[in-house]
Amino acid sequence: MPDATSGPAWERRLLLGLLLAPALLWLFALIVLPQIDLALLSFRERVAPREYVASLAQYRTFFAEPLYWHVFVRTAVMSLAATLATLLIAFPVAWTIAKLLRGRLSALLFVVCLIPFWVSETVRTLGWMILLRESGVLPALLAHLGVTAAPVELLYHDATILVGLVYTSLLFMVVPLVSSLESLDNSLIEAAYDLGGSGWSILREIVIPHAAPGITAGCIVVFMLMLGNYLTPTLLGGKSSQWFTEQIYTQFIVRFNWEQGAAFGFLLLALSTSMVWLGLKLSGQRFGDVMRRT
Amino acid sequence: MSAAGTGQDAATHDLDVRGAVKRFADHVAVDQLSFSVARGSFFSILGPSGCGKTTLLRMIAGFIQPDDGEILIGGRSMAGVGPNRRPVNMVFQQLALFPMMSVGDNVAFGLARRGVARAERLRRAQAMLERVGLGGAARKKVDELSGGQRQRVAIARSLVLEPTLLLLDEPLGALDLKLREHMKIELKQLQAAFGTTFVYITHDQSEALVLSDHVGVMNRGRFEQQGTPQQLYYEPATPFVAGFVGANNRIVGRATGVAGAIVSITSEQGWLIRARSATAIAAGTAVEAFVRPEVAVLARAAADLPAGQPAHGGEVESLLFDGANSAVLLRERQSRVEFRIALPQTGQFADLRVGEPIHFSFDPARAVCFPAGVAHA
Ligand SMILES: Nc1ncnc2c1ncn2[C@@H]1O[C@H](COP(=O)(O)OP(=O)(O)OP(=O)(O)O)[C@@H](O)[C@H]1O
Ligand SMILES: [Mg+2]
Repeated sequence: MPDATSGPAWERRLLLGLLLAPALLWLFALIVLPQIDLALLSFRERVAPREYVASLAQYRTFFAEPLYWHVFVRTAVMSLAATLATLLIAFPVAWTIAKLLRGRLSALLFVVCLIPFWVSETVRTLGWMILLRESGVLPALLAHLGVTAAPVELLYHDATILVGLVYTSLLFMVVPLVSSLESLDNSLIEAAYDLGGSGWSILREIVIPHAAPGITAGCIVVFMLMLGNYLTPTLLGGKSSQWFTEQIYTQFIVRFNWEQGAAFGFLLLALSTSMVWLGLKLSGQRFGDVMRRT
Repeated sequence: MSAAGTGQDAATHDLDVRGAVKRFADHVAVDQLSFSVARGSFFSILGPSGCGKTTLLRMIAGFIQPDDGEILIGGRSMAGVGPNRRPVNMVFQQLALFPMMSVGDNVAFGLARRGVARAERLRRAQAMLERVGLGGAARKKVDELSGGQRQRVAIARSLVLEPTLLLLDEPLGALDLKLREHMKIELKQLQAAFGTTFVYITHDQSEALVLSDHVGVMNRGRFEQQGTPQQLYYEPATPFVAGFVGANNRIVGRATGVAGAIVSITSEQGWLIRARSATAIAAGTAVEAFVRPEVAVLARAAADLPAGQPAHGGEVESLLFDGANSAVLLRERQSRVEFRIALPQTGQFADLRVGEPIHFSFDPARAVCFPAGVAHA
C-alpha cells in the first residue's frame, strides 16, 4: 500500500522487520533450525561407530520395508476418513450455532464443544478407555440390554481410533465453520428459497460455496492434527494402532535410530504438505483466503 | 373499500389478503389486514418504519405464516405452501444477489431449480438481462456492477421466472438520491413492459405516489386508507394519511361553528380558520385541520387575494428555496402559528424577505379537518 505520509520505503521495511523480529526469531530457532538439523540427519547413514556418510539409505528402507509404508498409507487414509467424518459431524453443529440458535443458547453449544479441552488429552483418552474396555461401562450396558450376549472389547478397533480422533478434533472444525457460516447473509438463503431452491440445492449452490474457505481451513487443520496425533491412536488402538507417529517414536526412542526417525518425520511432513496442496487444488481455494478463516 | 375483492371477482385479482394477523409475543405486527391487488397493477404499501410492512410482505412470500386470516395468490390459497412453491418472487431490500455466482448464473438460478436445461436457461437469462439493459453483463461478477445495475439484476432474477406476483421490499432504499429518482422511473417502465403485478413496499411517500396504481397506507399493522395516489393526496380519510402523504400544514384546535360541510376552527393559539370536514363534526369537538402548502395563495396586498376566501395575514419567517418545490414559512400575525405556503412557479414572490408582512388565503373546501384524538394521532 503506497502511503505518501510515511518515510521512504527502506525505513518502513526496517520498521516492519523490527516488529516481526521476535516472531521470525522464534520461527527460526524453534522450527527452521531443528528442521534443518533433522534434514541433515535423515540424509546420512552410519557405516561404523561415529562414522557417517551421506546417503538415501533411510528413505530406501522406508520403501523397501512393506510395514513402514503400509503404516504410512494407513495413517493417511484413516486421517482422511476421520477428517471427513469430523466435517460431517461438525457441519450441522456449526450450522446450529451460527444460524439456528441465538445469544446464550448458541454460546452454550459452543462451550459444550469446548469442554473436552478442559481436561488434558491423556485424561480425555483414558476416559474413553474406561468407557470402552471389556469391563467398562458401554460393553456392560450393551450386554445388559441384550445387544451382545456378553461384554465385548470395544477398544483396539480401527473404528475406536476414528471415534477418538473425531472427538478430539471436533472443535478445530467447528470454529472455522461457525465463523464462515456466520458471515453468510440469511437473506441469501431466503432469496434462494424464494427462487425455488430446496434445502439440498441451497446447501450445494449457496452455503457450501460461501463456506468453502472455512471448510478447507477446518479440514486442513484437523487433518494435520490427526496425522500428527500420537496419544489417541496409541491408547485407543493399542498394539494394532499402527500409526505413523508411533513408528517415528519407536525409531527415535526405542531403537535410538535418529536417522531413520528423521527420515520418517520428513516423509510425514511431505505427506501433509502434499495433502494440503491437493485439498486446496481440489476445492479451488487460495491458501491466503483459507488461513484468514482459521 | 376494505371488503373489495372478496369472492366473485377474485379471478381478476392476483393477490387477496383476507384478515391477515401476525403477532410477535404481545406485539401485533399485522392486524386484521385485508386487501386485494388487481392483475397487472402496481400496488404500494406505504407506511412509517416498524408499521409491519416487511412482516406483511414476508407472509405473502411465505417466509412466515399468518396467525390468522388467509392469503390467496392467483385465486389459490397459500396455506401450507412454502416460499419455493409460491408463484411469487421477492426483491430483497439488500438485493441478496449471490456473490459466489456470475450475473448470468444469478438470473438463471431459479430456472435451474425448475429443471430448465442449461442451454435454455442461459439463453433465457441472457434475454432477460438484455431486457433490463444489461446484455453484456452475464459473465461479470456481482461486485463488478454498480448499485443501479445490481438492482436491475435482482429484478431480472425474479422476473425471469414469470411470477404471478413480484414483491419488492424497499428496493431503492440502499441507493443514493439521484439513482433512486432514476430507478423509480425505470421500475415503472419495467412494470408496464412486463405487465407483472407488483407489490411494492416503501416508507417514501413520493415513491408510492409516482409509481403506483393503488396505494395502501399502513400504520400500526393496519391500512388507514387504500386508494389511488390522487385519492390519498386530495381526499385523505384519516389525519394520519393527511400528515403522512405529501406535505401538509397541521392546525390543532376546536370546532367553533359548523355550516354544512365547512367547519370553523379556532386553533389552540387562537387563529380562526375554516376547513371542510371529512366526517361529521359537532361544534365544540377538538379537531385537526390540514392545509396543503400549494392550496394557499400569497398576496402582498389583501385586495389581491381571491374573493370569497377568508383572508389571513402573517410575516415571513424563512424562505425555503428548493427549485420548483420552494416554499415560504410564515407565522400568522396574531396567533404566531407556523404556516407553510408553496411559492408560485412564476417567480412572482422570489423577492420575499424575512420579516416582510404578507397576506394569504386558502379555499376552505380544499382544506380538510378531522375529529382530533382518534387513535392514530
Ligand atoms: N421476528 C420478529 N420477532 C419479533 N418482533 C418482530 C419480528 N419481526 C418484526 N418484528 C416487529 O414487528 C414490527 C413490524 O416490523 P416490520 O419489519 O414488519 O416493520 P417495517 O414496516 O418493515 O419497518 P421498516 O420500514 O423499518 O423496515 C416491528 O415493531 C418489529 O420490531
Ligand atoms: Mg421493513
